[in-house]
This record gives sequence, structure tokens and C-alpha cells, in this order.
Amino acid sequence: MRQAYRIIPIYTADVSGVCSALYELGGMTVMHDPSGCNSTYNTHDEIRWYEEDSLIFISGLTEIDAIMGNDEKFIHDIEEAASELKPRFIALASSPIPYMNGTDFPAIAEVTEQDTGIPTFAVPTNGMHDYVHGAGMALEAIAEHFVNEDRCEGFYPADCRNDKAEAGIENERDHRRVNLLGVTPLDFGPLDHAETMKHSLEQYGWQINSMWAMGDTLDQLSKSADAAVNVVVSSVGLRAAKVLQRKFGTPYVVGAPVGCFTEKLSEAMEAAVSGAKADNVVYAACRMAAKNLQDANKAEENTRYQAEITLIGEPVTMGSLAAAIELQYGRSVRVLCPLEETEGLLAPGDEAVCGEEMMEEKLKDAGIIAADPLYRPICPKDAQFYELPHIAFSGRIYLKKIKQMPGFADLI
Amino acid sequence: MLKRLGGTVDPKGAATAIKDAEFPAPFASELEFNSPVHGTWNIVHTGMQVPDAHQIYVCADNCMRGVVLTAAEMNEAERFSFVILEEEHLLNGNLEDITIEGVSDVIERLEQKPKAVFLFTVCLHHFLGSDLERIYDELGKRFPEICFVRCFMDPIMRKSGLTPDQKLRLSMYDPLKKGTVTEEGQRRISILGSDFALDETSDLKRLLRCNDYQIKESPVCESWEDYLSLSDCRMVLNCYPSGKAGTEWAAERLGRPFMYLPSCFDYDEIIGQLEVLSASLELLGVLDYEGEKESCEAALHEALLEVGDWPIAIDGTFHPRPMGLARLLISHGFHVERVYLDAISPEEENDFKWLQQHAPELMLLATVQVKMRVLPRQTEREMLALGQKAAWFTGSRHFVNMVQGAGLYGFDGIRRLAHLMVEAAREEKETPDLVIRKGWGCESCI
Repeated sequence: MRQAYRIIPIYTADVSGVCSALYELGGMTVMHDPSGCNSTYNTHDEIRWYEEDSLIFISGLTEIDAIMGNDEKFIHDIEEAASELKPRFIALASSPIPYMNGTDFPAIAEVTEQDTGIPTFAVPTNGMHDYVHGAGMALEAIAEHFVNEDRCEGFYPADCRNDKAEAGIENERDHRRVNLLGVTPLDFGPLDHAETMKHSLEQYGWQINSMWAMGDTLDQLSKSADAAVNVVVSSVGLRAAKVLQRKFGTPYVVGAPVGCFTEKLSEAMEAAVSGAKADNVVYAACRMAAKNLQDANKAEENTRYQAEITLIGEPVTMGSLAAAIELQYGRSVRVLCPLEETEGLLAPGDEAVCGEEMMEEKLKDAGIIAADPLYRPICPKDAQFYELPHIAFSGRIYLKKIKQMPGFADLI
Repeated sequence: MLKRLGGTVDPKGAATAIKDAEFPAPFASELEFNSPVHGTWNIVHTGMQVPDAHQIYVCADNCMRGVVLTAAEMNEAERFSFVILEEEHLLNGNLEDITIEGVSDVIERLEQKPKAVFLFTVCLHHFLGSDLERIYDELGKRFPEICFVRCFMDPIMRKSGLTPDQKLRLSMYDPLKKGTVTEEGQRRISILGSDFALDETSDLKRLLRCNDYQIKESPVCESWEDYLSLSDCRMVLNCYPSGKAGTEWAAERLGRPFMYLPSCFDYDEIIGQLEVLSASLELLGVLDYEGEKESCEAALHEALLEVGDWPIAIDGTFHPRPMGLARLLISHGFHVERVYLDAISPEEENDFKWLQQHAPELMLLATVQVKMRVLPRQTEREMLALGQKAAWFTGSRHFVNMVQGAGLYGFDGIRRLAHLMVEAAREEKETPDLVIRKGWGCESCI
């Protein structure tokens, strides 16, 4: 049964995803929930909670306020906190009970914004989806609300570009300016691990304009229209990329720099900047071009076909890692993705997998598996298992181990 | 990287001198902050104390994540399963069906069938008026050999009735069967309702043992059968406030006398408790109260010599009686400067009033008020902290690492406390590593 889990945990949910994505941006995120979402988030989903302050709170919703629809208290409490703490923005996230009650979050956000003068938006979570959904919508909201053309200093739009005194030089440099979208500790761990992606792309001559949303401020993110291209390094960044494309025409590519795949990614970024039409899910295109994947393409015809290596996890990071492994070692890889938002992000042979039972079935014949260690109980005993701890799955359990591992871009 | 926000925020509303504090709620109930201090037990930890039982939760992703990883962190993932609720189950109104089928599926897939299943339904079941009778009837029919225990994870009710923690301490004793007390049971006392067994040297254990009584406690049961034998006793005792409602109800259902003897720090209250127990059981042997008091005074004096004028901070997770503890220490010359708590127990009203009168400048500080996220977490002079939250909020590395009163009880508890304070004063601890671990005293794999 898809919804029944015997032993493995569940991925970080949407509410925590919102908090994680907005953590470093100076806003105040309020979860409208009785209790559990808060401790779940800051215990298991947020590795920055001990050392780095962020205004993330819970409403402490009670039974009587839920039944009576007492939104006044919620609004009052938010405004009271905001008046004391003066956040840059206020984000509201919903949990199952307000979702069930049909609490009107956009209206609450509007009232709060009018009363406080602080930009306020609701992220339509309900605690029933995974973090990609929540974090993705949170970054999408940031792109909608805080990235404007008048902040532009570089590549877009043309008017801004023309204002530059050293237009020629500036344009050459700005053509290499890039935003990394979808960077949270849930997928990439501590900041220094995420920064390996920056360094990796810098080696190919790219200048990192902003990283959404670790290590940069809201002000830096608000200048994202300066970039020539956006790189969606996890599925969390996809929605924001689409907004930035719609608002500023910034092209985007999908893929995370890792190992020798980084070169392919860089080439795709250059192609995107030059306006060349190409498949923007770079790792999928790269893998389809590889011989191993051509074999995988035949998997439907040949049911006995089995990739040598199985990766489990988020589609963009695992897809990119798969591409790197295939390029470097020539061994066939398949990605099993247990998350919800996979459309267009999987290569042939990869699969979206729903629930523990289906995952166990898919792993039945796997020979080599690289996944979070908490998957091990449902893997075949004779399979070779390589630990790839993923905070969005096992939380902080393997954090000490993660800190000793190389950052994502240096994984292979 | 240590990044702080604010620093200039006015602490008003999050801190108050006790002379100005309202009883029992010194701080307004508004948005809440949750500190990264996790030593207090949650329902998963408590439920895992029941041997051979398996926990199954039925809820949405976000609520599930916290409990499933609690089990994983305490290396008990094999005794924890769950069923995920999705929008369609709310919209179609078939929460009962998904609960029954999901739980059945989990049980079928377990390698070994548990003796008991602690089934946790949630706020959503409550709000949708789910037919819990139907759920438990059907599961009972499908798995007659398994004892299903009705548990709740419904924090939305935490301010208007029993908390999920209190409800669990009620339902976890439902499997105990009413029956005649055996001859052996006539000389046995069951102490229920706490996560921790009392210290072996505690007053209660010494008193009962010197009168030839055996003691059984739920935290140290080794098998399901052992657990069920908790009902075979002459009397049920409870020493932990959160367990009072549940254990009192269990005792009444089982037809056993019940006594509530909460751990405290007042000599007269301790003597009163021991005397009422002695009278009820017609105990012949009693403790030497004067001798006990003298040894407590000596232990506290020794601690004072070590601690001196070191400022002390106490928090409400350290012991259910933080006001009483502050009173004991202040009345013995210690310099208690702060108490971190969000509400004051009605049991502590007298201590609260005493402190208002005798230590009016004692500061009460909230732990969940939003400003606590940004107010300074260092003090000019390092404090001696009693409790994990006190350690975190003051940035202290000298702290007594204990929660919920642990196994302290009576005169012995006071002496143990004094020793622990001396120990904390002498030795630094790794606060960042210790306080983030869930469930103090449980295994932790982080």
C-alpha cells in the first residue's frame, strides 16, 4: 500500500521547505499550526537552528480558534511580533488544520501587509507535500515579490546594459553572471558544501551573482535580474527560474555541477546565454547521448535490462550525479525519485517511485545502490550500498558524517 | 558561523521580575519560538518504554517527520511505522478506511507481530469526527492477538485539555488487566506515570523496601508480560505531574488505591507525603526525618561552598517544580538569578508567592516568546544552569544535564541535586552537543 511505511522515514515536508528556503533572507516565517511543525522543522530539518538566528515561529493554533475561525488572533500575533522584530518580509505557511478549514491566507497576508507596511505573502502549503513543493513555492514568491528590473545593474534588461560606461567590458563579464537556484541545506548540507558548486562553476569562468538561498542576503537575491543565465541546481529552484524567465527573459538550465558533468553544464549555460535552443535539462540530455542510456532507453523493450548503479533521491542532484558517473566511469545508472515534482526532470530509465513498498520492489534486483543510509533496511542484503546522506530524508542523523564528506560538486 | 539577529530588542514581554509577574501565566500566549533544546521526552520516547509494542502513526507528512525521526534517532526505527494521510482522504471523508487499511498493511509486513500496537490518531481524525470505534473494532477483528492501544497526537488540544503526553500516560496503562491481587502482589507497589525510574536511594524506595515491599516501575519493565504485571500490586503511586491523570484513572479502573506523591523540594511536604503513605500502608519502619533533614542541610552547605555567589539559572524542563527549587536554593543562600518557564504549575502557587515576597527581583524569562530568538544568549558572568534550556539561553557550559526531575525524589533528591550542582560547577560540559539530543537518557545516534 502506497501510504503505508514499515520502516523508512518520510521526506521533509512542504512547511519545513518554506522555512528552509527563506531562512537567511531576513524575513519572518510563521507556520499556522498547533505545535508539531515547529519542533519537527527546527529539530530535524534545519541544521542552522542552533548557530544562526532566523525569525521562524509557529502560531500555536488552538482547537477553539480553529473552530471559531479566529483569524484575528493570528493576525494580531503576527503584527505584534513584526512590530518588535521588524522583519524584511512576512511569509505565512499553512498546515493541515487551516488547510482543512479553508483559512484564507492570501486575505490574511493582505491585511497584515496593509497594517504593518511589511511585504507579506502566503505560501500555499498544507503539510501534505514534500519540501520541494514548499521550498519551491517560497523561492517563487521571492522571485515574484523582490526581484525587480530597477535593481538591475548588468545583463538585463537592455536599457540597464546601455547605461554602463564600460559597456563592452561589462557585457563580456555579465555574460558569465549566473544565479544558482534551489540551494538549501536540505539537499546540499552546510554552506561550505553548497559553495563547492560556486567554486566549480567559477573554474569555468562563471561569476556567481546569487545563490538561492544560502549565503546571500535578500538584497543580493533581489539583483538576480543581473544574471545572464539561471542554473536550477535542485528541483526546488525550478519555479523561481520560470518566474525569472517570465519577468526578465533570463534563460535557465537544469543541472547541478558535479565532477566532470560540470563541463557539460557549463557548455549548456553558454548555449543558453547565446540564445541557442537546447534541451535545458542538461543532465538528461547528456545521459541520453551516452551509450549506457541508449541501452536504458531500450529498457521498456528489454525487461531484463538493469542499470548497474541505482541512485535514490532528488531528481536534479541525482540526475546530475548519474550523468557524472556515466561520463567518468562509463557505467549505467538509474535514478529512483521518491519526490513528487519530477515532471520533465527524469531521464529515460529513471523512475518516480511512490511509497516504501514500491521502492522496495524497485530495489529488489539492484546491485549497487547509493542512497541515504536510512534506505538500507529495504535494500537487498547482497547489494553493495554506498551511503549518500540526505538531510531531507534522514535529517541531522548523519550530519557529522556529512560535514566530513566533500561538498556536492566534489562528490566524484 | 554564529549569526545573531537583533540584540537591541526590548525584553519586555519576554522577561519580568517575579514581583511583577502574573500567576499562573506570566507571559502572553502569542507566536511561539522553539529553542534547539530537545532533551524532554515526547510521545515516541514514552511509548517506546512499553516492551514488545509497536507504534503506528496516521498523519500528514509534516507531522509525521518529527515522530519518525525521533524513533530513528533513538535507534528504534524497527518499532515504528506509519500511514500517510493525503488531501483526498480529507476530502473524501474516508479517514477511517485509510487508517484501517494502512495499519493492517503495516502489520502484515512486519517480520514479527507485536504484542501491542500503539496506534496514534491525530488532529485531523478529531476534526473530521472520525469513527474511532469502527477503526479499533475492525483492527481488533483482523488482529485479535494484538492489543491495540488508543493513542493521540493532537497538539491542537494541548491548551484546552490533556496534552498528547498526558493522554499517552493515560492510554499506555489501558492494557493492564483488572484482577485479583496475588499474594506476591500484596507486597508490591507500582510506581507509574514517569519516564524515569526513581533513584534506588530515593526516599520512597528506601521506605518501601525497609517494610518488605517490592517496587515495580513502568520504565524498567523488560517484557510485555512484565509490563502487564504492573497491575498486580497493592497500590499505585505517581510522582510525576504529567502522569497523574492517567495513573489515577488506571488505578481506579484496576480497583487499586492511588496516591499522588509529586517530587518536591520542601521538607514538610516530603514528610507529609511519606507519612500519608506510611499511614495508608500501615508501615512499621519509617525514615529518620530529622537525620534526613540534617544530611540535606549538610549537602546543600557543601554545594554552597563550591558554588558560592555564582549566579544560577533554572528552567522548567529541569524539574516540574522550578519555583520550589528556586525557593530551596535561595533560602539556603544560593544566588538564583533567573527562572526560564512559560507557565507556573498550580502546585507551585505557594512557592511563587514566597519568591515574590523574598526574592522580588528574581527574573522570570519565557522560553517560547518570539523575542527569545534574538535576545542575547550570553551573560556577563557565566551562570550555573540547572537544566538544558537554562544552559542554552545563558550560553553556559556549566550545567546540570537532566530533564523532568529524572529519578529525584524526597530528601534523597535534594542531596542528589546538591551533588549534581557541585559536579556542574567543577566540570564544563559540551552544551551544543548535549542539549540538541532528543529524549535525555535515551539512546541517541546523532
